[in-house]
Amino acid sequence: MTTPPGGAHRAGSPGGQAAAGAAPAAADSVPATIHDLEEAVHAVEAAEHEGRPPAAGPVANVVIAAAVVLLGIAALIGSGRLGLGSARVPDSGTWPLLVSILVVVLGIGLIAVARKTSDAERFTRTSWLVLAGLATMVVFVLVIEVIGFEIPAALLSFVWLRFLGGEGWRTSIVVSLGVVAAFYVIFVAALSVPIPHLF
Amino acid sequence: MDLTPVIDGFGVVLEPTNLLYCLIGVVIGMLIGVLPGLGPAATIAILLPLTFGIEPVTAIIMLAGIFYGAQYGGTITSVLLRLPGEASSVVTVFDGHALARQGKAGTALGIAAIGSFIGGTVSIIALSLLAPIVASFALDFGPPEYTALALLGILLVSTVSSGDRLKAVIAACVGLLLATVGRDGFTGAERFTFSNLSLADGLDFVPIAMGLFGLGEILYNLEERHRAVQAPATVANVWPSRADLRQSAGAIGRGSVLGFVLGILPGGGATLSSLAAYALEKRRSKHPERFGQGAVEGVAAPETANNAAATSSFIPLLTLGIPANATMAVIFGALLIQGVSPGPQLVSQEPELFWGVVNSMYIGNILLLIMSIPLVGLFVRILRVRATVLAPITVLITLVGVYTVNNDVFDIVLVIVFGALGYLMKKLGFDPGPLVLAFVLGSLLEDSLRRSLLIFDGDVTGFFTRPISGVLLVVFILVAALPVLQGARARRRAVARPDTRELV
Repeated sequence: MTTPPGGAHRAGSPGGQAAAGAAPAAADSVPATIHDLEEAVHAVEAAEHEGRPPAAGPVANVVIAAAVVLLGIAALIGSGRLGLGSARVPDSGTWPLLVSILVVVLGIGLIAVARKTSDAERFTRTSWLVLAGLATMVVFVLVIEVIGFEIPAALLSFVWLRFLGGEGWRTSIVVSLGVVAAFYVIFVAALSVPIPHLF
Repeated sequence: MDLTPVIDGFGVVLEPTNLLYCLIGVVIGMLIGVLPGLGPAATIAILLPLTFGIEPVTAIIMLAGIFYGAQYGGTITSVLLRLPGEASSVVTVFDGHALARQGKAGTALGIAAIGSFIGGTVSIIALSLLAPIVASFALDFGPPEYTALALLGILLVSTVSSGDRLKAVIAACVGLLLATVGRDGFTGAERFTFSNLSLADGLDFVPIAMGLFGLGEILYNLEERHRAVQAPATVANVWPSRADLRQSAGAIGRGSVLGFVLGILPGGGATLSSLAAYALEKRRSKHPERFGQGAVEGVAAPETANNAAATSSFIPLLTLGIPANATMAVIFGALLIQGVSPGPQLVSQEPELFWGVVNSMYIGNILLLIMSIPLVGLFVRILRVRATVLAPITVLITLVGVYTVNNDVFDIVLVIVFGALGYLMKKLGFDPGPLVLAFVLGSLLEDSLRRSLLIFDGDVTGFFTRPISGVLLVVFILVAALPVLQGARARRRAVARPDTRELV
């Protein structure tokens, strides 16, 4: 299998090969071809990621890979309990077993390349915003059956606007009340969805 | 070819409800293409609950409109702000933004809209001709063929997904495992339910897609420093000149064909075809140095191709029941929810649905052309809506929307869990697309594999005795082995290099 030099990055893909095939010999003589294009695309994508946290270190990558392996082992044990069957008579556990073995193998592969991996992001102080966002949703689901959706929905949008989004106080209050009113009109009054509501 | 169902399909499209939902779909698609943050897969996932109360054909017309509408909208931000709204518009940035800097943003947008329209229309016509043939060919597919097809589809989508290939395949495997949760259709045994009654019937597709694509993406965006987006006040001269049109005619023609072909391949899709079309034009051009400096062909080619590909990626879904990318996986899920199982029998058994959806794309593309040329100023103004205001509204739509599906609070819990998972996956470099795709194909794959093993009496080599499944599996093995071979070659080269240096 010969791969044109420019196609190395995506050569597994049909388009990568077609694109690379469009510029077979010229890739070395004229630098302004596929390689350039790929770099330019990476530059645009990098610019999109500009505001993002930095990449995680090798230790974090090993931890991620180990988590994958553990997940695979857990699924492996679970499949074992379901009855493994055989190729002739597949049982409930046969298919999950095959998939979990693959997860374990691929996880080990991830450990092997952990030093070269750079696509995981570090958890920074801004990650707390995500946790806070999740917390508002958890509160929403915990109280919705007790006090209905209006108050938790208003709180959720207020927290997201004011504290996670950094909007002004007035915008935050007006928008959150407006959103809840709109939801009430659409879901309760117009569509009569049986969502728990207070009023 | 029998034309009656095709013409009946137009009748379906022209029903006022369907026209209305087609309009809603393309407007939403255009909007999310312009707005940063949510992509088409996320938007379609979030709107899934909305499709429950309406007819299947109407629902799919709307969802399809969102998908190809987003291809039009993504162009606007690429050209004006150098921010591709969609991955498929990344290459448009180079020449599109260069044109905008020269004060010719209108020309770029106009050419892109015309190219998109032609690419989309050519692709619909080709789809109408090709899809019934593929479907009739696939009617004889048995379990072994479906096993091979599903395996290859999942692998190809993982291979070309954004990010690490290994991680994408792991994500796909997790999707396959999630699909096994619930009662086993063969033995009735409960699998991975942890004695939870809500899990006994398996995991629902809607909370998974809404969580991973929708909430996951919103949470992921929370961590980003917000850029101040400066929307330009007006865009003038959207009608391209005759010279511009003549210059880009070839690019539009070649982009249509290339986009159509690449769009059919699993994992191909809009992003890849826009790259390939741009590369092809640059290679063919007598003055390749113009590219990047504001060549109209550099806008026309990728925009034509991504729209043609968006349309033709419906072929594998509607004729084989194999979604070609993450967005198609969500539409696949939407069809299943409506009680329609996409597959080769769809064309003959549900002609109204098939031709209704296909023909609605003509109307959708005309609507989009109208919105992109005379009304483009309106959409440019939408750029001023802040993502921080949209985020909480989207979260609430998701939480309330997922509840309305089964009126069950457990679904809200699930959507939050999968939202957290989606955030972690994106954060740690795992593309959630292959997971969702593998999840929707999981039970088909397992069923077909088990049936095949029964047919072959446990002999795995049986797959290679049938021509179609054999060829598909050989391709599967090649695609799977390629990165390993490449790695070995790169290592050899790295080892060889110090030697040559010593010789010199």
